[in-house]
Amino acid sequence: MNWLAFVSIISAAIAVSFGAIGPALAEGRAVAAAMDAIARQPESASTISRTLFVGLAMIETMAIYCLVIALLLLFANPLLK
Amino acid sequence: MIASPLTSAPLFHLGPAPITEAVVVTWAIMAALVAGGFLVSRRLSLVPSTTQAAFELIVDTVDGQIRDTMQVEPGPYRAFIGTLFVFIFVANWSTLVPGVQPPTAHLETDAALAFLVFLAVIWFGIRAGGIRGYLATFASPSPIMIPLNFIESVTRTFSLFVRLFGNVMSGVFMIGIVLSLAGLLVPIPLMALDLLTGAVQAYIFAILAMVFIAGAVSDQKPAPDISSKRTLP
Repeated sequence: MNWLAFVSIISAAIAVSFGAIGPALAEGRAVAAAMDAIARQPESASTISRTLFVGLAMIETMAIYCLVIALLLLFANPLLK
Repeated sequence: MIASPLTSAPLFHLGPAPITEAVVVTWAIMAALVAGGFLVSRRLSLVPSTTQAAFELIVDTVDGQIRDTMQVEPGPYRAFIGTLFVFIFVANWSTLVPGVQPPTAHLETDAALAFLVFLAVIWFGIRAGGIRGYLATFASPSPIMIPLNFIESVTRTFSLFVRLFGNVMSGVFMIGIVLSLAGLLVPIPLMALDLLTGAVQAYIFAILAMVFIAGAVSDQKPAPDISSKRTLP
């Protein structure tokens, strides 16, 4: 195994792990804010949870981008061809 | 070695064109949707039957979402947005059929869908205000924004299809990994989560397509025109 493959695997792991930190914090804040809003106004719970789901999926996309980059490094690395 | 999720092997060749599994599944979904739509809309009556009422509920929901998001009457956009949503939804949930991989887990299908949205933005924009009016939307806050708006119209299409591809593909990929590590029934909760993700992603794709089209359409109209239309009984 040459050092390019080694570096690719390490950087793929770094991309996924560090790319998950930001979305995890953001999702925690979003859920906390939604819980707060539902506790204040239980009658608008359906609207809030629908918006929450869409927002969570949007935030999660940031982590998914990192996963796509990691898979590109592992499976479609142009330097290893 | 796990197969790469970024490439797809051809199933058979139709002349010079290789046909992959995703294309076959896409054809099956298209045939099912067209046949279903034809069967349901063949006998429409003013007093709806149960089936007709159920499908009218879907159309009504799509109409309501278009009205809420775009602030326009849903007529011209219902066909495109509704088809987009229903196709992606059925494609994401086609993983329920054993042995079928959703076609949206391959980059090509998502890229084609996002390219359709890209073309639809141009088409609806030109239809709303002519070529001059559509090009004027690129300078909408100030002319300094022209290069940024051009770049944005390409990058947002790119992020649109990478979002759908990444979400669906990661679900399929995770299930594959868990299935290779653990036993037969272990990935079922992951699959349930995958169905939820698929539904939410179909909704988000449709919402974003609406937002992009609304950005090209509503910038051209003077504001009082829309508000006067909305106050009509």
